[in-house]
Amino acid sequence: MIRLTFSLNGRPVRLRTAADKRLVDLLRQDLGLTGTKEACGAGECGACTVLMDGEPRLSCLTLAAQAEGRELTTIEGLAPAGELHPVQRAFVERGAVQCGFCTPGMALSAAALLARNPSPSAQETRQALAGNLCRCTGYQKIVEAIQAAAAALEAEP
Amino acid sequence: MSRVALPRDLGELWQEMDRAPQAMLYAGGTDLLVRRRSRPQPESPLICLERVEELKRLELRGDQIYLGAGCTHSRLLASDLVRQRLPILARALAVLGSPLVRNMGTLGGNLATASPAGDTLPPLYALGAWVELASPCRVKRLPLCDFILGPGRTALRPGEIILGVAVPVPLQGARHHFEKVGQRAALAISIASLAALIETEASGLVRRAHLAWGSLGPRVVTCPAAEQALEGGGLNRESLSRAARLAREAVSPIDDQRASAAYRRRVAGNLLLRLADPA
Repeated sequence: MIRLTFSLNGRPVRLRTAADKRLVDLLRQDLGLTGTKEACGAGECGACTVLMDGEPRLSCLTLAAQAEGRELTTIEGLAPAGELHPVQRAFVERGAVQCGFCTPGMALSAAALLARNPSPSAQETRQALAGNLCRCTGYQKIVEAIQAAAAALEAEP
Repeated sequence: MSRVALPRDLGELWQEMDRAPQAMLYAGGTDLLVRRRSRPQPESPLICLERVEELKRLELRGDQIYLGAGCTHSRLLASDLVRQRLPILARALAVLGSPLVRNMGTLGGNLATASPAGDTLPPLYALGAWVELASPCRVKRLPLCDFILGPGRTALRPGEIILGVAVPVPLQGARHHFEKVGQRAALAISIASLAALIETEASGLVRRAHLAWGSLGPRVVTCPAAEQALEGGGLNRESLSRAARLAREAVSPIDDQRASAAYRRRVAGNLLLRLADPA
């Protein structure tokens, strides 16, 4: 067991864990943050996407030890409690959710895209989401929602 | 349960490797952690290279560009040096895995995995890249073509790591081409790929052609005969068709779940036709 210190959704966390526990298991099982999903477990679907120091990464292929000293954001921390991130709001308003399993990963990849490129084209949006698979095949509404979120963010004071 | 070490520099890395010579090394984990899950080796210690500072270099050194083994694909893709001076590599990186895989996977990892479908290998072959290997007592360089020995096999010895890749800067005006055929546009394992670096005379005739194919044999396939068929002439339908016939003879593809050997052989030649100068 190792002692880990990192930031999780803006709050400092200290815990003891097996160094080689997968980050997705640490989040879901030990910390109860079940918004992070696991589907393929092999880096091919993006359901387990989290932000590490603001960058989207696969929590199924990240070990707990690698979180040491990092800033992690999961879907639970994308917006303050009780609020929605503009991407989340746009997903709701535009019906960009079907079964919902890919949605947390989609939202995090989209939020990271808008943080570095505030007005992405539809093509840039599709490329940024290329690692997040939706098996309901609802990509069109997802892309539209992200474009709407970009417009909403631009319009904010 | 395995120990996971996160050395911050080479000094700490050598200490960790000395302490656990049987440890498995990884950087992004996009290959090793997938394999480890399907074939668990619960007690084998792990060393994660993501924080080793010396592996993150990315710089112009005289007439070479040095790419640290720990550079992620995303970092290489965002670098002006890579985009402007090594477009052949940038094009391959842009279709490697997905943004998530590119944020994690590294150049050193792509070489160490030595997959016949490794997307960075054909462009690095065409560029004439050298691999720099290090152990606590010495640093040595090998041509990339001598480093990759076969699927999953490299010249890396126990106690050695990949430090980086040195790429001779291609001549200004050289044509950089990379194309990968996969089953989908993103997150696709290559069925066949071609990297071509073409140096031309002022007249437009080909002075040197460097061609390298991926996923068409146990290692990257080169074909000096096809290169010679293009040199001294223009890139037209006739010369490219001649080179394509030679390329189809040089490759040794396999049948797998993604494509048949016959399809791959045909595509190996057809990929060259894309190089035709506009009529």
